[in-house]
Amino acid sequence: METQVFKVPDSFKKDFKYTFCPGCDHGVAIRLVAEVMDELGIRENTIAATSIGCSVTIYDFLNIDAIEAPHGRALAVATGVKRATPDKFVFTYQGDGDFASIGLAESLHSALRGECLSSICINNTTYGMTGGQLGPTTLLGQVTTTSPTGRNVEYYGYPIKIAEHVALCDGTAFSARVSLDTIANIRKAKQAIKKAFEVQLNGLGFGFVEILSTCPTNWRMSPEKAHERVRNEMMPIFVPGIYKDITSKGNN
Amino acid sequence: MSRIVIDSEKCKACYLCVKECPKKLIKISDKTNKLGDRIVEFVDPEGVCLGCAMCANRCPDLAIREVYKG
Repeated sequence: METQVFKVPDSFKKDFKYTFCPGCDHGVAIRLVAEVMDELGIRENTIAATSIGCSVTIYDFLNIDAIEAPHGRALAVATGVKRATPDKFVFTYQGDGDFASIGLAESLHSALRGECLSSICINNTTYGMTGGQLGPTTLLGQVTTTSPTGRNVEYYGYPIKIAEHVALCDGTAFSARVSLDTIANIRKAKQAIKKAFEVQLNGLGFGFVEILSTCPTNWRMSPEKAHERVRNEMMPIFVPGIYKDITSKGNN
Repeated sequence: MSRIVIDSEKCKACYLCVKECPKKLIKISDKTNKLGDRIVEFVDPEGVCLGCAMCANRCPDLAIREVYKG
């Protein structure tokens, strides 16, 4: 007697095929979003506001309604969608350049207004789609195409810690940072995404998850080495954890 | 007997699943797909697959599309 323990989530389009580079963690992140939508049964009622970057392609793969926002303005567009149709489930799927660089004002003010939205931010410490330039989350010392001698504090300043900043906003109901480097962390990431979706469904406020992801192509690494980099170099700086959860007893 | 189903046309040859399998049942094959990538194949003559689905959870391209535990 066989039992099926894994299947492609129903929220995916039929005959979809990812267009990401080999080993890119975007694929895992989108699968987790689809699995959570399946479990909560909200696919039919969902509108996604998408960003600019590799993350934009989410509407090619998921069988949901989506609206394309100008660069960085996904949460501004999502605010409008949610206020016009408050019964819909609205989420954004953005990269770190989109969320924390050009769209930082829109992103943080959505959290400060306490909009009932969910937002997922993929942090891969670079601008992946445009060729690996220095982004807001680029680590100190990291070599990119626009910082060929490595990021130094004197010239470029420090990387932004997004999950902590969002957690400081009073309108935020849930803010967490997760990683996809091991299977255990992938399971934790799914729980965090589910929580960020549930706070919107319960009308509690802004739900946010920052996902530490890989960019093997622009990091010039094999997919396996890229996961080691996430573990050894990114996770000590961008520490995974739940930074705010108003539904927990301690109100951390 | 547990088993996995691989969609070889979706495989992009990142080989993350090869390292992830606790029983080392996923091997790099000599065959190629339409992309020209050397695909992975599931080799389990002794039936020791656990059906843990760690390979499917790791695969970034959902090429391991089904896992059966039996």
